[in-house]
Amino acid sequence: MNRTLYGNLIFELSKKGRKGYSLPEDYDRTHSTAELPEALRRKEAARLPECDELTVVRHYTNLSHNNFGVNDGFYPLGSCTMKYNPVINEELAGLKAFAGLHPLQPAETCQGALEVYYNLQESLAELAGLSQFTLNPCAGAHGELTGLMVIRAYHESRGDVRTKVLIPDSAHGTNPASAAVCGLEVVEVKSDANGTVDLDDLKRLVQQEGPNIAAMMMTNPNTLGIFEPHVLEITTLVHEAGGLMYYDGANLNALLGEARPGDMGFDVMHINLHKTFSTPHGGGGPGSGPVGVRKGLEAFLPMPRVVEIPAEGEDEGCFKVDWGTSVDGERGSEIAVGSFFGNFGVMLKAYAYILSLGREHIKEVGPLAVLNANYIKERLKDDYLLPIHGVCKHEVVFDGLVDKSTGVTTMDVAKRLLDYGYHAPTIYFPLLFHESLMIEPTENESKETLDGFIDVMHRIAQEAKSDPELVKTAPHDTPIGRVDDVLAAKQALTTYWKSIE
Amino acid sequence: MFKYFPHTEEDLQEMLAATGVKSVHELFNDVPQAARFQKDYELPEALSEIDLRLFFEQLTAPGNAQQLVCFAGAGCYDHYAPSVVQNLIQRSEFLTSYTPYQAEISQGTLHYIFEYQSMIAELTGMDIANASMYDGATATAEAALMAWNNAKKATRVLLSETVDPKIRRVVETYAHFHGFPIKLVPAANGVLDRNALNTELAEGGVAGLIVQQPNYYGNVEDYTGIADAVHEQKGIFVVNANPSDLAILKTPGEWGADVAVGEGQSLGIPMTFGGPGVGYMACVEKLMRKLPGRIVGQTLDNRGQRVFVLTLQAREQHIRRQKATSNICSNQSLMALYVTIYLSLMGKEGLRQVAEMGYAGAHSLRDKLIATGLFKETFEGQTFFNEFCLDYEGDLDALLDACAAYGYLAGVKIGERTLMLAVTERRTPEEMDELVDIIKDINKEEVKA
Amino acid sequence: MAKFEEGLRYSESHEYIRVEGEYGYIGISDYAQHALGNVVYVDMPDVDDEVTAGEEFGAVESVKAASDLISPVSGTVVEVNEALEDKPELLNEDAFANWIIKVQLSDPSELDKLMDVEAYKAHCAE
Repeated sequence: MNRTLYGNLIFELSKKGRKGYSLPEDYDRTHSTAELPEALRRKEAARLPECDELTVVRHYTNLSHNNFGVNDGFYPLGSCTMKYNPVINEELAGLKAFAGLHPLQPAETCQGALEVYYNLQESLAELAGLSQFTLNPCAGAHGELTGLMVIRAYHESRGDVRTKVLIPDSAHGTNPASAAVCGLEVVEVKSDANGTVDLDDLKRLVQQEGPNIAAMMMTNPNTLGIFEPHVLEITTLVHEAGGLMYYDGANLNALLGEARPGDMGFDVMHINLHKTFSTPHGGGGPGSGPVGVRKGLEAFLPMPRVVEIPAEGEDEGCFKVDWGTSVDGERGSEIAVGSFFGNFGVMLKAYAYILSLGREHIKEVGPLAVLNANYIKERLKDDYLLPIHGVCKHEVVFDGLVDKSTGVTTMDVAKRLLDYGYHAPTIYFPLLFHESLMIEPTENESKETLDGFIDVMHRIAQEAKSDPELVKTAPHDTPIGRVDDVLAAKQALTTYWKSIE
Repeated sequence: MFKYFPHTEEDLQEMLAATGVKSVHELFNDVPQAARFQKDYELPEALSEIDLRLFFEQLTAPGNAQQLVCFAGAGCYDHYAPSVVQNLIQRSEFLTSYTPYQAEISQGTLHYIFEYQSMIAELTGMDIANASMYDGATATAEAALMAWNNAKKATRVLLSETVDPKIRRVVETYAHFHGFPIKLVPAANGVLDRNALNTELAEGGVAGLIVQQPNYYGNVEDYTGIADAVHEQKGIFVVNANPSDLAILKTPGEWGADVAVGEGQSLGIPMTFGGPGVGYMACVEKLMRKLPGRIVGQTLDNRGQRVFVLTLQAREQHIRRQKATSNICSNQSLMALYVTIYLSLMGKEGLRQVAEMGYAGAHSLRDKLIATGLFKETFEGQTFFNEFCLDYEGDLDALLDACAAYGYLAGVKIGERTLMLAVTERRTPEEMDELVDIIKDINKEEVKA
Repeated sequence: MAKFEEGLRYSESHEYIRVEGEYGYIGISDYAQHALGNVVYVDMPDVDDEVTAGEEFGAVESVKAASDLISPVSGTVVEVNEALEDKPELLNEDAFANWIIKVQLSDPSELDKLMDVEAYKAHCAE
C-alpha cells in the first residue's frame, strides 16, 4: 500500500472535449432522440467527467494503492471471515460465456448455468443438513429477511398469527433490523455469564410469549465466537412453543466438517457465500446469502427457482427456471426478493470453491479455522483481557488490554495495528463488552502469519506502557491520519457537487 | 496438505500444544454429541485445478451456455463496457477488501464510492445518493418502506401497473411482511392511467407513489403534475429510472421526485444471467436521514487532508438495531466501482451517444418489423426509448424458438402475442437486418408447410 | 462530571421539562449529552404536532449513537428550537439552556410522575 494519499477526484481530472471511449459511427440515423418532445428531455447534460483512457486507468490504479485487501496482508476482521479469494475462481466466473447470458433466455440454451445453480443449491443443502436452498438473496442481511419471510409465510399458511421473534442480546444488529423490516417484534433474550443464551431467561420468555413466538434467531457459534452448548434444549423449547429456529450463518465457517445447523434442529438459515465459501468481499459486495429450509418448508422459498426435470428412464434430466404463478396457489410461493436469481457471478465462484476443496478438504475448514483462533487466544491472553475463558470457535473476543491504567483503548490498538501492516480486527462489537476486539484468523493463515501478528500485538501492549501517546495518536504510517467523524456527519457532504458549492 | 491450507504436521503439533488440546476435533467437545457431524459429506471429491478448468469448459461448451444475439431487455440489457473497466475492478486491493471501516487504509474504496454517489446524484437530479443497494428491485422496495415509514397518517402506497412486474412482486413481498397495503394503479394503453390515479389521490391517505421511467413496456411516460399531487398529501414520489437513458431523458429530480431508484446494470455491467448488478438509490436533502444503506461523506483527517469516511451511520442497523431505516448493512461496492469507472470513461458525451444509438436502433428495428406486415404496435401512439412492444400475428413461442436456433434472442414474451425487444449500442445494423430476415423466413416456411 | 439543574422535572429516559405556566420546554439532560458524545443531528417534530407522554417525538444523533427523544408529557408542539438545526452541538455546550421543543401541556398532572433533581441524580447514579 502507498503511504501517501492519492487525493484527486475524477471530476477534478476532467477537461472539456476529452473522451475515454470509442463507439461505432456507422449506425442507422433515421431516428434520433431529437424526436422526443422537449417535456421528456433533461434540460442540461449530466456533468460526468471527460477524461482520456490513460487518465482513468491511472486514477483508479492510484486509488487502489490507498486500499488494503486480503491479498495485501492479514485481515483478521472478526465476524467477516476474510478468507483468501482463489484466483482461479475469478477466472472461471469471468468466462465470457457466462457474462453474456441473459436471465430470460430459453433454458435449453443455458443448461450449463442452470446446472451450476442447481448443484450449488444441492451442495449447500448437504453441507447445512437441510432440504432445499434458494440462491436468490444477494447478501447475508437479505438472506435473514428472506428467511424470516419464509417463516412468516409458513405460519400464515396455517392461519397462525405470530408476531414476535426471540433474539439474544449478543446478536448482530442486522438480526433485529431484519425482524423489524419483516414486520416482527423483537424480544431480547439475555446472555449468561458465559456469554451464551441464558436458558432461564429463555424459558421465562417462552412461557410469557408462547403462541406469539414466530421464531428465534441464533448465531452459533455466537458473536463472541462461543458455541451455544444448550442449542438442543433451545431448539426444543422454541419448537414446543410452535416457533421455528432461524440460524444466522454468519459464523458457519467454524462448523464445516464438525456440525450442521439442520442436525441441531434449525429450520431455516442463510449462508454467506462471501464468508464461508471464499467469494471476494469486493469492498462491501456483491455477496450472496442463500437461504435453506428443512423438509416441509420448501414450498415457501421465494420465486424464481431452478428445478430439475428428470428425463424419463434416466438419472439426470435437464434444468429449468420455475417463475412461479400466483394463480397456482398450490405450490407457487408469493415471495420474491429480486428480479432474477440473485448474484449468479458470485455463485460461480462459490461452486468452484466447493469443487476445489471437495468432500475431503471442506471438512478441514472448520477445525483449522478454530485451531487458528484458539492459538491466538492462548498466546494473547496475557496482555489482552479475555472475558470468557474456555475454547472458542473461529474467532476470539478480547475486552481491550489487560492493563487499563495506560488509557490506551481498543480503538488505539486497532489504529496502531495499521502502522504494522495489518488490518484491524472488528472493534466495539459485540456490545456485551466495552472494549471488544474481535479477531478471526480463518483457516488460510499460516502459523508464521499468526506468530507475526501475535508479536506485534504484544509489542503494542508494551508500547501502551512505555509510550502511550505513540499508540493513542496512531496510525502514523498510513496515507491518512485519524478522520474527523463529527465534521463528516455535521456537514454531510456526500457529493462532489455539494462540496464545491 | 491442500493448496489453501498452510498447516504442516509440525505446525499442527506446535499449535495444538500451545492450545492445550490433543487434536483439532477436541476443540469441538462443547458441541453436543447428537449434533456432531461424523460422516462424510455427500459431495464430489476434490478437483485439481486442471480438472476444475475442464469441468467449467464443459459447462460453457456450445449449447450449454450459449451467447445469443440479444434483443431481450426487461430489466437486463446487453450494453458494452470498455475493457478497462473489468480489468480495473479485478485489482485485488479493491476485490479482496471489505466495507471501509478503517478509513486510514480504505481511502481507495471510500473515494470511489464518493465519486459514485456524485455521479448517481447528477444523473438522477437528486441531492444525495447512497453507496448502492443489492439491485433495482430491492431498492424500489426500500423506497416503498421509506414512503410508508415517513408517512404520519396513510393507508397505502400506490404502485403503477406499468412498473416491471418482477419489481412489483418484490415491492409487494416487502410490503406484505412489513405490514402495509400496496394499491396497484392500473395502466391504460401501456402508460399509467391518470384517471385511475386521480381517483386514488382523491381518496387521500397516500404515503407514496412508485412509477417507472421508461416503464416496463419501454414507454416513456409524461409525469407532469404528479409530484405536486402526491406532495399535497405529504406523500413521497418515487421514480424508478433506467440510469443509462438519463443521459437524455428528464431526470427524476426534474419530475419532482423525492426518491430515485433503479438498476444500474444498464451502465455497462455484463448480464451474467441477471446478477450481480447494482441498485442505486438517491433522494432529496430533506429525506437524507431516512435513506437506507451506506453513505460516504467528505471530511478532514488530523493532518488536514481532504478525506472520505462512512458517515450518517446513526441511521444504520449496527446503531439503531430494530429502529434502523433498513436491515441492509453492506453495499454492492464492486459493482458501484464498475459503474463509476464506466461513467468516467463514457463521460458526458459517451453516455449520450450510447443512449442515442439505442434509441435510433430501436426505432429503426421497429419500423422494419412493422414493415414485414407480421407485427402491429401493442400500444398505439406511445413514445418509447430503446425498448418496445409489438404484437405478433403468429405463434410467438415458435418464433422465439426458431430465432434461438439461429443464435438470436428475439426479445422477451410478455403476453400471449406480445414481444418486447430492446436495442443497445452493441446491436449492429447487420444483426437487426438479420433478425428481420430470420423472422420473414420463418413465416415463409410456415406458409409453405 | 454531569451537571444537574434544580427546579426541573426529569424522566427516566433523561429528558427534562422546564414548566412556565401552561407551557413546558423539553430538552435532554447534561448527563444524556455526555453519554451521547458529540451531537451531530437533532430530529425534531413540526409545530402543531401532538406529543404523548412516554412516546417518542424525535431523536438525537451522535456519530456512534442515536437516542430517541421520549416526551415526558402530552401536549401540542408550539415551537421547536430552530437553532439546533444548524448547530446541534449547542446541546453539548449547554443542554439546559438549549431546549428542543416547547409544548403546550394538555395534562399538567403528568408532571407529578416525573422525578425532581434529587431523584434524578439517584437515577443517574444507579
